[in-house]
Amino acid sequence: MAETKTAAYICKGCELGTRLDTAALAKVATKSGKMNLVREHDFLCSAEGVAMIRDDIDNEGVTHAAICACSRRAKTEAFNFPTVAMSRGNLREGVIWIRPDTEEARETTQEMAEDYVRMACAEVKAMTVPPGNQKTGSVKTLLVVGGGMSGMTSALEASKAGYKVVLVEKSATLGGWAAKLHKRVPTREPFKAPEDNGVADMVARIEADANIKVYLNATIAKTDGAPGRFKVEIAIESGAIAQEDIGAIVQATGFSLYDANKLPEFGYGKTPNVVDQAGLEALAKEAAAAGKPICRPSDGQPVKSVVFVQCAGQRDASGTHLQYCSGFCCNTSIKQAMYFKDSNPDIDTVVLFTDLRTPGNGEDFYRAAQNKGVIFSKGVVSSVAASGNACAVKFKDLILNEETEAQADLVVLATGIVPNSGPDLDQLSEANRQAEGGNEEAKEQVVQLMSKSVLNLTYRQGPDMPQFKHGFNDSHFICFPYETRRTAIYTAGPVRRPMDILQAQEDATGAAMKAIQAMENAGLGKAAHPRAGDLSFPTVRLEGCTQCKRCTVECPFGAIDEDEKRFPLFNESRCRRCGTCMGACPVRVISFENYSVNTVGSQIKAVDVPDEFSEKPRILILACENDAYPALDMAGMNRHEYDPYVRVIPVRCLGSVNTIWITDALNGGYDGVMLMGCKHGEEYQCHFVKGSELGRYRLSKVGDTLKGMNLETERVHDLEVAITDIATLPQKINDYAALIKSFPPSPFKGF
Amino acid sequence: MSDLNQQMAERYKNNFLKEIEEQAEMGEWVKMCMQCGLCSGSCPTNFHSGWDHPPQEIFMLIRAGKREEVLNAQGMYMCTSCYNCYVRCPRKVPVTHVMHGIAEYAYRIGRAPKNQPTMHLSRTFWNNATKYGRVNEVKLTQSLYFKDGLGAGIKKAMEMQTVALGLVKAGRLNPLEAIGGGHKCKDLKGIHAMLAKANELEAQRKAAKG
Repeated sequence: MAETKTAAYICKGCELGTRLDTAALAKVATKSGKMNLVREHDFLCSAEGVAMIRDDIDNEGVTHAAICACSRRAKTEAFNFPTVAMSRGNLREGVIWIRPDTEEARETTQEMAEDYVRMACAEVKAMTVPPGNQKTGSVKTLLVVGGGMSGMTSALEASKAGYKVVLVEKSATLGGWAAKLHKRVPTREPFKAPEDNGVADMVARIEADANIKVYLNATIAKTDGAPGRFKVEIAIESGAIAQEDIGAIVQATGFSLYDANKLPEFGYGKTPNVVDQAGLEALAKEAAAAGKPICRPSDGQPVKSVVFVQCAGQRDASGTHLQYCSGFCCNTSIKQAMYFKDSNPDIDTVVLFTDLRTPGNGEDFYRAAQNKGVIFSKGVVSSVAASGNACAVKFKDLILNEETEAQADLVVLATGIVPNSGPDLDQLSEANRQAEGGNEEAKEQVVQLMSKSVLNLTYRQGPDMPQFKHGFNDSHFICFPYETRRTAIYTAGPVRRPMDILQAQEDATGAAMKAIQAMENAGLGKAAHPRAGDLSFPTVRLEGCTQCKRCTVECPFGAIDEDEKRFPLFNESRCRRCGTCMGACPVRVISFENYSVNTVGSQIKAVDVPDEFSEKPRILILACENDAYPALDMAGMNRHEYDPYVRVIPVRCLGSVNTIWITDALNGGYDGVMLMGCKHGEEYQCHFVKGSELGRYRLSKVGDTLKGMNLETERVHDLEVAITDIATLPQKINDYAALIKSFPPSPFKGF
Repeated sequence: MSDLNQQMAERYKNNFLKEIEEQAEMGEWVKMCMQCGLCSGSCPTNFHSGWDHPPQEIFMLIRAGKREEVLNAQGMYMCTSCYNCYVRCPRKVPVTHVMHGIAEYAYRIGRAPKNQPTMHLSRTFWNNATKYGRVNEVKLTQSLYFKDGLGAGIKKAMEMQTVALGLVKAGRLNPLEAIGGGHKCKDLKGIHAMLAKANELEAQRKAAKG
């Protein structure tokens, strides 16, 4: 590598020149920053300013550039020098825009700016240019697991975009549940009558598509590798194994109906005249094929009255049955009621519901059913009793507030869905742990759980996609609905949340696009969302590793396996560059070229900490670059002022915060440390799903360190910040600063 | 009259919804209610003691086939025609008109309660107004005050005397109308012809429905 030459550039534009003493800043960059070359410019992001930097890189041999101007989030197109290491000193959004332009404020504002110059210089010296992941794979074939509506849609969409697709379906035919439907809920204007299920057309298109290779009666025996270079073994009907090279995966394994046998009070299994929604579809198909009206299973007589029981075993607060709403059953019951009304308006059709939920254009469909004479009653069904060929449905009418009863030839239960999401990984790892200890029951449980596996991944963290609530596969449902916790493997359709066909198709299209994007990025050695395009990747100094396994366990994306010597084995293509491994590592041997314990640590040390008599406390803020840092930038844009004694360092994720930074800061005389990260838990907003949660857990232990140092535990403060907290964040910073000022100065100053 | 009630009950057997749909004006809207309860929440008479079933419940009772409960209900007579429900219904159900339709049907088949106050007012007002094409306030007031007997009428009249005197002074009330015919509209014959035609059309419509 060529000789290192450092340079600092100080911008005087955007009022920086009038609000700050830039000559003094340049001096700081030379003296404290020890930069080889320091230049000021009136308008650094102009073509002329950029040309100046480019010229220094090309002709002066500059390899490290500290650009002290605006936030790292601004002017990224102008300051784009991929061949050199670059840091940004945030003098605009971080200093002059959050400070008043008054004579009294001038001194502290200048001090703030000088610190940010020192920090930028220190940071850039600790960085190197990331070369990009070399262990990449360039396979561009998409594997779609599941041949239902979602899977078929993903396959067709990917093929249309010009990619090869391998479609694996465990049953003998394509189409999934949709193929079993007599008709489907309408998808187009005027949304008044059921329409053809559309499966035959899609199957024909798939069969005619040269890009799509279909395996029927097949399952995934093994998935090994990483994005761009998955090796997938497919167990086919003959018992043989077919091998496919795969770039990315869409898991569209759909759902099973909730077992109506778990609802004995509704008479299922006791009389053939009580069916679930799939049962009615079968009856309707059979009747249509025979050209007859829908008949009662008990005696084959045409049905004259039918009652639909909504939320049968769903939205159950007691916890016995499904706790959630399956999203499509109300529209399905409306559709099924129309099967009867359209063939004979004299058939009594009653839908008993508590809340009728009709997503999409279902409201029009609901109205159409009312017009056709379907009766909708708000009521909770307590029991269904069979007597001969009739059923008595007991229910509480919620409008008239009375217990009452309805008679019907046929009762249809809307039982809802259970996702086919594979085994629960926590349960599996617990069973594995006990099985290793020799527990025979646990061994059987492992076999039983593994039999449910969909992907059979060889990942250390388990064979399938992690689950979230109610057994659905985890996807970032608040911010990035397609994002999962395994890079380049996307879940689509009802396996990740309840949804109807139309939503599933849209979901599957999106998943196919995400998968294509992931394959392309993997081929270029770049990261996927949210650091899409990032060329850095984690490296580990194995000679320092103690094999504690925290990185392999904590990685939110299961990127780290173990090699045969039980050292962590990084799969860079699976990595999302959050740095959670780096934060977790107790011996600090994991780092990125442009983000490491040292890049942040040296910034912390670069800040000038005034002595205890100056009454100028120093507060370190480690802010998540995804939400908190943009919120701070936007606070600056809106000129919301905050305390001049804070120094903000962006971090990739709260999960990447290594406790050494906090210890170092406190030892270095900082009076407080504030951490800003995204919401975690059931409604998490962390871009790296688990990062902020893991980071917080780690930091919850920092209290002991503070006590050991004889410091108030409130000095380290964890704040949950969303990107929208623009107006409230400055106040929270000021409140915290006021608290810190109420404490005596840190006794560690001056050491 | 009760014969008609009997006839209708037999004709529609247990299908009261169909009976209302075919016989009551605007009855075909009953099936379109989605039970959100906005009508009941919007009704200014909702908390009145006579208000046994709000519109939402009346709709539900009809759909549940509860003929007796609906025909015995007071709710539909209590409507003041403020049109709050009509304006607010998210399903655009003309709730006010449906209520009137049901009340009218109950009356037609002889199931309206005797001396139901709002129905008494409506009938008195109608007869009064259609006689001369204009309302004779004195006669209208008289018949309303003395509805429940002489004593009650005098008591009510005494309570209201200052208001009455004020109206007389302001020229808004002519006590002589109590004896004379009251003021008439310009073309009384025309009004009567119009009303006769309307009656004829309505009779035709009802006859068409059986």
